[in-house]
Amino acid sequence: MPERSGADGPALGPRDLRLVGLRKAFGSAVAVDDLTLTVPAGSFFALLGPSGCGKTTTLRMVAGLETPTAGQVLLGEEDISRRRPYERPVNTVFQSYALFPHLSVEENVAFGLRRRGRKNVKGVVAEMLELVELGGFGRRRPGQLSGGQQQRVAVARALINEPEVLLLDEPLGALDLKLRRQMQLELKRIQTRVGSTFVHVTHDQEEAMTMADTIAVMNAGRVEQLGTPRELYERPVTRYVANFLGQSNILDGSVVEVRGNETLVDVHGVGLLVPGRLGAPGSTASFGVRPEKALAVAGDPTHRDPALRNAIPGTVTDVSFTGLSTQYVVRTPWDQELGVFTQNAGGETLVRRGDPVVVAWRPEHTFPLAAGTGAMPDDEPAAPPVMAPVSS
Amino acid sequence: MTALLTTPTGAATPAEEPTVPPERRRVPYLLLLPGLLWLAVFFVVPLVTLVSTSLQTGSLEEGYALTFSWSTYSDVWSTYSSQLLRSFLYAGSATVLALVIGYPLAYAIAFKAHRWRNLMLVLVVAPFFTSFLLRTLAWKIVLADDGWVVGALQTVGLMSDTGRLLATPAAVVLGLTYNFLPFMVLPLYASLEKMDPLLLEAAGDLHATPVTAFRTVTWPLSLPGVVAGTLLTFIPAAGDYVNVQFLGTPNSQMIGNVIESRFLTVLDYPAAAALSITVMAVVLILVVAYVRRVGARELL
Repeated sequence: MPERSGADGPALGPRDLRLVGLRKAFGSAVAVDDLTLTVPAGSFFALLGPSGCGKTTTLRMVAGLETPTAGQVLLGEEDISRRRPYERPVNTVFQSYALFPHLSVEENVAFGLRRRGRKNVKGVVAEMLELVELGGFGRRRPGQLSGGQQQRVAVARALINEPEVLLLDEPLGALDLKLRRQMQLELKRIQTRVGSTFVHVTHDQEEAMTMADTIAVMNAGRVEQLGTPRELYERPVTRYVANFLGQSNILDGSVVEVRGNETLVDVHGVGLLVPGRLGAPGSTASFGVRPEKALAVAGDPTHRDPALRNAIPGTVTDVSFTGLSTQYVVRTPWDQELGVFTQNAGGETLVRRGDPVVVAWRPEHTFPLAAGTGAMPDDEPAAPPVMAPVSS
Repeated sequence: MTALLTTPTGAATPAEEPTVPPERRRVPYLLLLPGLLWLAVFFVVPLVTLVSTSLQTGSLEEGYALTFSWSTYSDVWSTYSSQLLRSFLYAGSATVLALVIGYPLAYAIAFKAHRWRNLMLVLVVAPFFTSFLLRTLAWKIVLADDGWVVGALQTVGLMSDTGRLLATPAAVVLGLTYNFLPFMVLPLYASLEKMDPLLLEAAGDLHATPVTAFRTVTWPLSLPGVVAGTLLTFIPAAGDYVNVQFLGTPNSQMIGNVIESRFLTVLDYPAAAALSITVMAVVLILVVAYVRRVGARELL
């Protein structure tokens, strides 16, 4: 199984958030399917996936806004799945913020404390507003604030309750790109400071990679892969993950032989080396390589670098200059198109459209993929048929 | 309209002021004219007529003349104080009842009815398709001594064998409540429907029990509807005379009945006018006090 879950995750902490066999069905549509994962206490955890993959439903089950069809939500050893939302040490930053329009910013932030009977909240509220850099805005109504300011009020309103787990439901979705970047760093800074567990739902892979310590990539109600941003990017284990996070060249072939810690795979007559033991000779094998790990060179690539032992001949069919890099499309003899990104660091030999080239990379940059995952290998995963009624 | 960026001295340089041609300055007033005309014909003229009528003395035979006699006011206040008081008491009770019945109804239509929402709204408005008088008369039949309601109540022992519903204050308040309920429900529905249900989830997430969430979020956000609904119920109910006529007794009259008989039966125009102005003034004072108290603090 590609799915890594609590069983072989990091060592269990006393207040980790654990989802065990969590399942949610709306009628016959299964939004979340037997989800098991552990979010270490104090970590910044991202649930990443396209809309309708069940990530928001998962979040709502943790918040208590949705009742699981089966399974448990645990904080440490404590099962909170049957507790009412207002009894959980969990707070949410909603996608549309859901600020109370009739209350001032101060009263919005104080809301949770007042409900739990805390007196003298003024100082704490002012402190919290300072933390989100909204000191002096306390008297305003939410309607008088910009989107970014409202978002920070929503964060302050949730954080002031000192939740063990803060849930963020695509809170940056409504902001423009520049503000989003700024808020990503801001949220990360706040998380480091308060030390709560943050669970962040997003469909933006860049956002997840920027902010999270651990990412769970979700697809059709299941976790495809769980790991650090680097692990997921460098070692995706399914086609789905390989294509959802960045771009990949994916090749299919059959195993020729296992040589030590490498496997030689025949792809349409080209022998390529893949790290690891992929299986018995003759069995099918799939693997991929990131476009920026590959080079498109004329002639023998090992003359350039002896480590470039994987090579596929082809013809350049497209060259696009994007400033930071130049992107080549190379057509293989079996009519597959491979992407190659070259940094414009200077000194590259120019390759033109129509040139015969060799696409070459180091075998250790190849990542093997789990066989038989039926996931769509499209660049842009379409929304799967399973849709939660509450869209993420 | 004119620029304020003139020099501080009085001798402003006229050249720097954008000159608005005089005929352009008149345009806004011309646009106001239809509204002003409407107000003059349908509000100012009747009001002035009413006030002047209330200050006339005389008799039907000799004719009435304007004598600025304020004594009519003190006379009608002392004579009809019980009817005045009863009007506001009945109207107030009917308003509270309509709110108690109308709020859950509006809430259910806004949040729980889903696909039945439009049907329920139509049902709330449907009684308006028949005449106000007919509907009130229908209640007379429903509440009659030999009607099924009284019969049923007597059978289960909730009412003595000689007890009756018709011709009681309860019947009048019930009639008022029934007749003005849609005026309560519709504004309540409009304000509840505007509310984002996500706010309730947020309140729950922020440790509010459902009851607290209602008290701190739903209720304050529906206050504009509550104010509109109570005013639309209380004001017409205070001046109503049909419900007493059909469902009450002559000795439990409301002020509307007195005004009606003064104007149409006794033809004592000054007293009727003085009573009308009194009701108007009292309602105005009550409404201003109420809106100040509820409105200024919570209304958006």
